[in-house]
Amino acid sequence: MLQRIHDIKILLRIKKLGLVLFLKGLSIFTALIFFVNFKASNQEITDYFLDQSIDNEVFEVKLKDRLNLINSCNIFQFSDVISNTLETVNDSYKSNKQWDKVVWISPQQISFDLAKKNTTNFIVQHSWKIFFMTIGLGILGSLLYIYANAVLEKSKGIYKGAIYKHKSTNKGWIAWLTTIYLIGFYLILYFRPNWAVNWTFIIDPISEFLNGQKASQWFLYGFLYCMVMLVMGVRMLIKYQNNNYQKIRTICVVFFQIVFAFLIPEIMTNLGLPAYDFKNAFPLDYDFFFDWNLDRLLSSGNIGLFILVWGVFLTLVIVPIFVYFFGKRWYCSWVCGCGGLAETLGDPYRQHSNKTLNAWKWERLTIYSVLLFSLFMTLVVLYTYIFNANEFLGFSAYQVRGSYSFLIGSWFSGVIGTGFYPIFGNRIWCRFGCPLAAYMGIIQKFKSKFRITVNGSQCISCGNCSTFCEQGIDVRSYAQRNKDIVRASCVGCGICSSVCPRGVLKLENIPLNCSSSKKI
Amino acid sequence: MKHVVIIGNGIAGTTTARHLRKKSDCRITLISDEHPYFFSRTALMYVYMGHMRFEDTQPYENWFWKKNRIDLIQSRVIKVNTAKKEILLQDITRIRYDDLVIATGSKPRILPVPGNHLKGIQGFYFKKDLETLEMDTISLLKQEKKAKRVVVIGGGLIGIELVEMMYSRNIPVTFIVRDALFFGKTLSEKESNLLTKHIQSHSGIDLRLDTNLLEILSEHNSEKVSAIKVQFQDQKPEVISCDLVLSAIGVQPNIDFLNSSKIEVSKGVLVDNYLQTNIQNVYAIGDCAELKNPDPFRNSIEAVWYTARIMGETLANTIANNFAMKYTPGYWFNSAKFFDIEYQTYGNISAKIQGDESRFYWEDNSQMRSLQLNFSKIDKRVLGVNVLGIRMRQEVFEKWFKQNRKIEYVIEHLQDANFDAEFSKGFEEEVVSYYNKKYNTSLKSRKRSWKRIFSKF
Repeated sequence: MLQRIHDIKILLRIKKLGLVLFLKGLSIFTALIFFVNFKASNQEITDYFLDQSIDNEVFEVKLKDRLNLINSCNIFQFSDVISNTLETVNDSYKSNKQWDKVVWISPQQISFDLAKKNTTNFIVQHSWKIFFMTIGLGILGSLLYIYANAVLEKSKGIYKGAIYKHKSTNKGWIAWLTTIYLIGFYLILYFRPNWAVNWTFIIDPISEFLNGQKASQWFLYGFLYCMVMLVMGVRMLIKYQNNNYQKIRTICVVFFQIVFAFLIPEIMTNLGLPAYDFKNAFPLDYDFFFDWNLDRLLSSGNIGLFILVWGVFLTLVIVPIFVYFFGKRWYCSWVCGCGGLAETLGDPYRQHSNKTLNAWKWERLTIYSVLLFSLFMTLVVLYTYIFNANEFLGFSAYQVRGSYSFLIGSWFSGVIGTGFYPIFGNRIWCRFGCPLAAYMGIIQKFKSKFRITVNGSQCISCGNCSTFCEQGIDVRSYAQRNKDIVRASCVGCGICSSVCPRGVLKLENIPLNCSSSKKI
Repeated sequence: MKHVVIIGNGIAGTTTARHLRKKSDCRITLISDEHPYFFSRTALMYVYMGHMRFEDTQPYENWFWKKNRIDLIQSRVIKVNTAKKEILLQDITRIRYDDLVIATGSKPRILPVPGNHLKGIQGFYFKKDLETLEMDTISLLKQEKKAKRVVVIGGGLIGIELVEMMYSRNIPVTFIVRDALFFGKTLSEKESNLLTKHIQSHSGIDLRLDTNLLEILSEHNSEKVSAIKVQFQDQKPEVISCDLVLSAIGVQPNIDFLNSSKIEVSKGVLVDNYLQTNIQNVYAIGDCAELKNPDPFRNSIEAVWYTARIMGETLANTIANNFAMKYTPGYWFNSAKFFDIEYQTYGNISAKIQGDESRFYWEDNSQMRSLQLNFSKIDKRVLGVNVLGIRMRQEVFEKWFKQNRKIEYVIEHLQDANFDAEFSKGFEEEVVSYYNKKYNTSLKSRKRSWKRIFSKF
């Protein structure tokens, strides 16, 4: 016993050290936004206007004047000057109805691009050092914390930890802080990428190595996404060390994120090919049929054509066939990037999904609405593309596309879907929003071999399965009646089966003619 | 409209109410003193360990009862007047019934030793036990004292769960078990040893087998527990100081309120095979019922979740159809979890080999799992199975029992019964080769067949 107390003390110290390192890394990373002073020389502005083929001398001259006035300032002031200049210029055009002269490029993009030209700042000069002080410390700290915690709660089985006793996982103040941070991050990413320019400097060398270009905010997002999934994937491997299904699934989903969603598209860019995530199926990949994407693919020769055919084939043939054989889990918890983040970063929050009947009603309403919205948008976009029109049935392709990207693409899947992990659980987007999940869910419900089978009458209604179902399925309500679970929303994560203390639940692919003999 | 009053909203009473509502339009009243809504008592340990919140133990949302027209009353029944067909509640309201269902379950047995009245002794059965234990734990963890210790008395299911609960809070625990083998009334020596090894692999757990509790001690002039006196076999008694004593020496029917009634009771409420007491329209089910003529190999009182549920379903049929349905429990089955090792049992298999039975036992020590089959020496038909660390399909084993499958058939077709999660390490090949070696046979493990698994016969 004394030995154990001694060990516990050391482990608690390691855990604390891990937390401190992580928080240090996170604080430095966050504070970086406010550092570095920016200015843009006349030459840089001229070059930029040429690069972007912005043909507006009034704007160019005014911008140069204004930026010359300030000596150097942080990114917020720098961006403000650019926004204000653009606004004054555009306002005068708009009031004079000179629509052709209005500059449509967003001021955030101009700020980001001009700020990015600043290559003499200290982050660029010490990018590797700063990388280790931010992302590196974050990774190191997390791993130490995860390791110590795993040994502390060491168990041959599945440990769930005292999840409702920790402020980070019981919707306590840490959970709220995390939520605010995540939301803040997504808001910056989607709507103020220029504020994130200092973060992109850190990983410029990695970006240049992979795709030959400096890091954009999307490269930053992709890179952090992979790192988070990797670290939290290690946590999953430790946590579920005695469950092969969980281990293989976790390795698979992290592999698809890093290789298919991140590395391959970057390398394609490097090779001058159109970047494409080969596993990202329409309609989750909602901009697949957008005009710019079609143009891009059609102008890239055979590889472009291949991607076009593959994308259609993936959605229409591969997805339904795989769902028939394995259920939608093959995608949602084995391959998908959104699902992958939910299963790794989101795992500590899975118990927060709402299990009420009301939530199930809302789920069906919202998810199928998003599916219809995405199909309708695609119809409008394709019609206008093929027939070279601006509108379809009075709907402007530009506006429909824009509202989907804004409402669903940015707000629903990003800000709400991930930002609220610690409060509403880790599958908000997958359960209430994802149009691909909706499509696969219909197949899973009506024509799939996949189901969760219930072992006889052994359920003791304890509720572990329902509590830890990230999709908010009341698994217990089926298990205690010895009814197999065939639900459109089940992503087959297998946690209900893992946490069941009586061995009642199992994920199975059963031939339809056999399983029909068992009550559903 | 017939009024059915059910006393006790545990799994027995709730199952009766639910099935009654499915089959009949009668008025249903469900009375419980403990909590207005049905919750899963078996999950209280998970609340203590912080895996769940108390509300997560409730299988039905609160609107469920009103929607299904099941009236809930939170009160204690203090008297039953069978002549007037009336019950008396604590708040002196009287309720008339047409059918009365007694489903009051169990209560923990009191430790039969001196000092059992002291403060700091508790069972773990009711919701309020959870609350008391949580408070005591918090104050214990706050104490500066170096050597904290909790004692758990009784090697049953609740006992081992209490030990796991203490372990989850890093509280050192001494586990006093009377039998020489852990869970030795149910499991064989080898199975028991496997579990003992697993329990002892957790540091901070002091398992004392073959040990009797003699006395609970307190400091001078204090009403608070300070130590226990125990005796290993017939050696010199030993004093172990401790802060809390958790008692889990078994349960007994919770039927004191029937003392003054005409309902015939022994240890539990005596019922016939139709679950009716000596008085018409009064029934008893679940932990508190005592069968006058139990099936062979079955106990007259079975304080088991599954028994309570089957009784509830049976009785709901009787009351709804006005036609007495016989209680037929079917093949025995049960399950449990000892720390991380799951246990399932189907059919007839007792700790010791009986009469003309024979046993096959296989163990995988590194994976902490085992399989034991009980079969007839005469016709080799499989009678029962125990598994530790392995999940087995209940329906498949029940089918095999019904079909009188021989041991060789079962050994060859174990893949049909395997219910372990996908990608789990199989055990069938090893079992077959071990069997072949032992009995000099040349059996082969057959591939899983969905057809066989789902065929009715």
